Amino acid sequence: MSDLNNMTAAESAATKAAVMNQVPGPEIEGQSPLHHADLASLAKQGPKTSGVHLRELKLLGHLTLRCNPANADQLAAVERVLGVALPLQPLTSSENGNYSIRWMSPDEWLILVPGLETFDIETKFRDEMPGHYSLVNSSGGSTVLELSGENVVELLKKATPIDLHAKSFPVGKVVSTLLAKSTATIRRTGDQRFELVIRRSFSDYIWLWIQDASLEFGLVVEA
Amino acid sequence: MLHIYCPHCGEYREEEEFHCAGQAHIARPLEPEACSDQEWGEYLFFRKNPRGLHHELWVHAAGCRKFFNMTRDTQSYEIKEVYKIGEQPSVVAE
Ligand SMILES: [Zn+2]
Repeated sequence: MSDLNNMTAAESAATKAAVMNQVPGPEIEGQSPLHHADLASLAKQGPKTSGVHLRELKLLGHLTLRCNPANADQLAAVERVLGVALPLQPLTSSENGNYSIRWMSPDEWLILVPGLETFDIETKFRDEMPGHYSLVNSSGGSTVLELSGENVVELLKKATPIDLHAKSFPVGKVVSTLLAKSTATIRRTGDQRFELVIRRSFSDYIWLWIQDASLEFGLVVEA
Repeated sequence: MLHIYCPHCGEYREEEEFHCAGQAHIARPLEPEACSDQEWGEYLFFRKNPRGLHHELWVHAAGCRKFFNMTRDTQSYEIKEVYKIGEQPSVVAE
């Protein structure tokens, strides 16, 4: 077998990494880890104005990519598949329409894509990526919450040691850090808007925590 | 609380995001089967416990999950420097 690091995309594809479509199709309803919270009903009943807004970005495709940031062929392949370059600067992100990439560590990125496109994207990666890399579909392991509103920074300050001031946390910055007694990957998507990638097993805890911590600001659930 | 610079993330973070993984620069014997019991035992179990400069292995557990080295004064808790795995410390005890 040839050297893993010098394999062409065709040689990599021929090693037949087990890729399967984990989403049966749009006709079968998927359930997010917050299915039991019934956010859709809460969105209809609840108040419409308050300091904190919460929306679950559920059932997205989560792909963890590990590759060599010094390998120009791999970087080019990612750009061909997603139409946007891997963010190589620590703690940054990049996006192209519905595709977004987060820097997780010097050789690891988290890619979010629409759930039903996940298998397509994964297949394209298998066709395009040369050399030694790993692509894992971790969609089932986490979910995404979007928090926004005029008090969102105050809310997050209660849970994370990260400095959220716009000077040290500009739009587009990504950090993996602690959130209450759990962890989260937090990305700023607007002056008063953050995206939190959280563990599925902690999603109920974080949902309860957000309700409790936002009592003083008021919480609007959006569908 | 220590304010620790992660050389991979390139910024300071709070200590609660990190874990200390003990003494740094412990080389695994190249031929374990050629070690005497004493050599193997010292490799596995014996660690320095200095009062003063100590080279430690840390991991940014809640952040980038990468390991790095830190030279720390165990008496004053002052962090002298952080450096990546494979690099050598520039601050060493006399
Ligand atoms: Zn780090």
